[in-house]
Amino acid sequence: MNEQRKEGIVKAFLWVTGLTSVFVLLSIIFYICVNGIGIISLEFLTSYPYRFEYGGIFPQIVGSLLLVTICLLFATPIGVGSGIYLAEYASDNILTKTIRFFVETLAGIPSIVIGLFGLAFLVHYLFGFSVLSGGLALGFMILPWTVRVSEEAIRAVPNSYREASLTLGATKWQTIWNVVLRSATPSIITGILLGLGKAIGETAIVLLTAGSGLEAFLPISIFDAVGSLPVYIFMLATQGHTSAAFDRTFGASLVLVTMFLIINLGALLLRNYLIKRQR
Amino acid sequence: MRRIKEKIIEKILLFSATSSILIVFFIIAFMFAEGWSAINLDFIFGLIWHPKTNEFGILPIIVSTIIVGVGAVLIALVIGIPCAIFLAEFAPNWVRNIIKPSVEMLVGIPSIVLGFFGLMLIVPFIRDNLGGRGECILAGWIILSIMTLPHVISISEDAIRAVPNSYREASLTLGATKWQTVRNITLPNAKSGILASLILGMGNAVGETMAVYMVIGNPNIPWIPTSILDSVRVLTSTIVMEYGYMEWGSPHQHALFAIGVVLFILVAIINLMARYAIKRGMIGR
Amino acid sequence: MTDLSRSEGRILSNRYRTVQLSESKTVKDGVRMVKDKIEVRNLNLWFADRHILQDLSLSIKSNSVTAIMGPSGCGKTTFIRALNRMNKIIEGSRTTGEVFLDGVNIYSEKINVFELRKRVGMVHQKPNPFPKSIFDNAAYGLRIHNMANGKKLEKDVEQALREAALWDEVKDRLKESALSLSGGQQQRLCIARALAVKPEVILFDEPCSALDPAATAKIEDLIQRLKENYTVVIVTHNLQQAARVSDFVAFLYLGRLIEYGRTKDIFINPKNELTERYITGKFG
Repeated sequence: MNEQRKEGIVKAFLWVTGLTSVFVLLSIIFYICVNGIGIISLEFLTSYPYRFEYGGIFPQIVGSLLLVTICLLFATPIGVGSGIYLAEYASDNILTKTIRFFVETLAGIPSIVIGLFGLAFLVHYLFGFSVLSGGLALGFMILPWTVRVSEEAIRAVPNSYREASLTLGATKWQTIWNVVLRSATPSIITGILLGLGKAIGETAIVLLTAGSGLEAFLPISIFDAVGSLPVYIFMLATQGHTSAAFDRTFGASLVLVTMFLIINLGALLLRNYLIKRQR
Repeated sequence: MRRIKEKIIEKILLFSATSSILIVFFIIAFMFAEGWSAINLDFIFGLIWHPKTNEFGILPIIVSTIIVGVGAVLIALVIGIPCAIFLAEFAPNWVRNIIKPSVEMLVGIPSIVLGFFGLMLIVPFIRDNLGGRGECILAGWIILSIMTLPHVISISEDAIRAVPNSYREASLTLGATKWQTVRNITLPNAKSGILASLILGMGNAVGETMAVYMVIGNPNIPWIPTSILDSVRVLTSTIVMEYGYMEWGSPHQHALFAIGVVLFILVAIINLMARYAIKRGMIGR
Repeated sequence: MTDLSRSEGRILSNRYRTVQLSESKTVKDGVRMVKDKIEVRNLNLWFADRHILQDLSLSIKSNSVTAIMGPSGCGKTTFIRALNRMNKIIEGSRTTGEVFLDGVNIYSEKINVFELRKRVGMVHQKPNPFPKSIFDNAAYGLRIHNMANGKKLEKDVEQALREAALWDEVKDRLKESALSLSGGQQQRLCIARALAVKPEVILFDEPCSALDPAATAKIEDLIQRLKENYTVVIVTHNLQQAARVSDFVAFLYLGRLIEYGRTKDIFINPKNELTERYITGKFG
């Protein structure tokens, strides 16, 4: 076969595969939207679930938000602190290499294993099924991510900024606090938002640490069990067999996907804004 | 005074940096402490999993896990690599600017939603057209490959784009077509990155829990599958299925944590392989 | 700087037409026996909205070395890339005008661009051998065009390597990676790779800019010898190099052709004030 004919065929084939895979991925979101939009109402979003597959998902929405809040409260300071240390203080020694290796390892641990660990350590020995257990376990999961994005953002700050501050007699920490962090903050926030997107949809960890998902109450303290959207979806999808259950599963899925997309879109817009500002 | 403050801050930062070590250490310690007593040859190579009679053999589960993971990655390879080549080499900029961000966003789409999608659409489709319960290896492959696809596309595309442009130019000025250039020059050079993306995808597929759980059936007594329409259990789904009724301190609990240990080791090996592939690719260049 | 560019602008607008007219006459009178290999007519090129090449017209003689010189950013590289349509691969580029190769317009619809690039080879600024063996590098073009295999392939590769004055240095290590060669050897390998497909024209894009003086001397030597069988166009911003290797010189400035003629005429007696200032080192 002549080479140019072959080129044409390959090109057509690649166009088809490229567009198909994107089409498949987008059609899933579309499918969820079409099926979920019917049940969405103010009542569905603000009322409590009852008798398994009836009622609304208000405690689940609040629960998901509470869980990611705890998760961020844990992972952000430690992650940013690690990022600062790795980018600004660490020399290339055994300790740094060990830290990096363990951050990578933690990133590679399957979420169900983190969930099991949470079940033993946090739930069984410490707090029981609770907001705190779930939030902390989620925090373990996204910690490597926050370390990585903070380190990258801090490394991206031009060295001239640091030198300018240091030649004025500022100490290292003053320089980091006033100059480096100030210019790295927006991209750190972008990165953490993306991590938040991962955390809010995570199911296995929350299932094993936070609660059964169908809780019809709001937690009073962080030591109470809490429902969440992913676990609610899981319970209804696998154990509910009525159309009422599936309707609510679609509805909750749509709410979850929407939250996920809003977070990611926010991160994307922030990133574009930053790129524009830098020009 | 100022110097002391600086020192203290440095120590605090160091401490937060070491917390990752601490967490990993804790995870390993807890998993092994709870699971180690259950790990022996009968556990790894036993064919029967029956908690009521205290029989804990996970060979069928391990085999299913590997079958499901490998199959999903092969599908992702067949669809994802052409897509990556398309994005990196053939797509005009405006197409790429639409597709690339949407693919990247889909990397993080909640897996529970994908699982639900599979349960509602793919499982009934298989049941009606191919027979069986519908909840089977094939359904697991499809859902997992959809999940793995964005990773594979994204990382492979980066690997392909990282091939220096001067190689492409040299090939094109000799009168090669674009496809000849891709096949003879670009792909061989991006090989290790593409391989790494597949291995990482494998790690994700093996460690993935919810989406798989919802579509593979999870029979009460697992067996080594003989057909792609068989219902199976994988390591992750077994934990989710049974953690609710295990008794704390029983052999059953230790066996479930032992599954966690096996999973941890399996995924760690896969990730080390990926890291090795990336490193070798870098030296090659 | 601002002063200079203002005066240059004036010179450009005043002299532009006359340069072209007198140019073609002298060249045609001087070398009647040499035929034109390439004729460029009113070539314009844009990247997005930047007008990179502005109305270039010149003809390149067969079996000669033509040097394209000018300060950086004047469009030299873009110009020679227009001769084998390599600009086409950059998104947002647009070309008007005609380039005739042996009397056939290479920008016409019917032209097969892959065949064209086989006939018009190119050697890039930085040596860019593939990360393959030396043999595979030299054989690459022969293979993709299905020109040879087996014994014939080996013979053709050897011939190309000999032509590029590299054979004696690499004949015992053909299976080794091309990246193990020195910079100068790599560049000669790239020349061999281009020669292997038996082109008619070879374009050199500052082939020595990444090399040391000794390696440069070898390449210049080689270029001198290549014109017996090929038509050579070389981009350079090294004046001495242009003087040493070329028979004709075209001087480009800000995308326009300022002066074109025999090398010794231009270096001894430039007609244009800008050219004179460039070759005496006043700017560039």
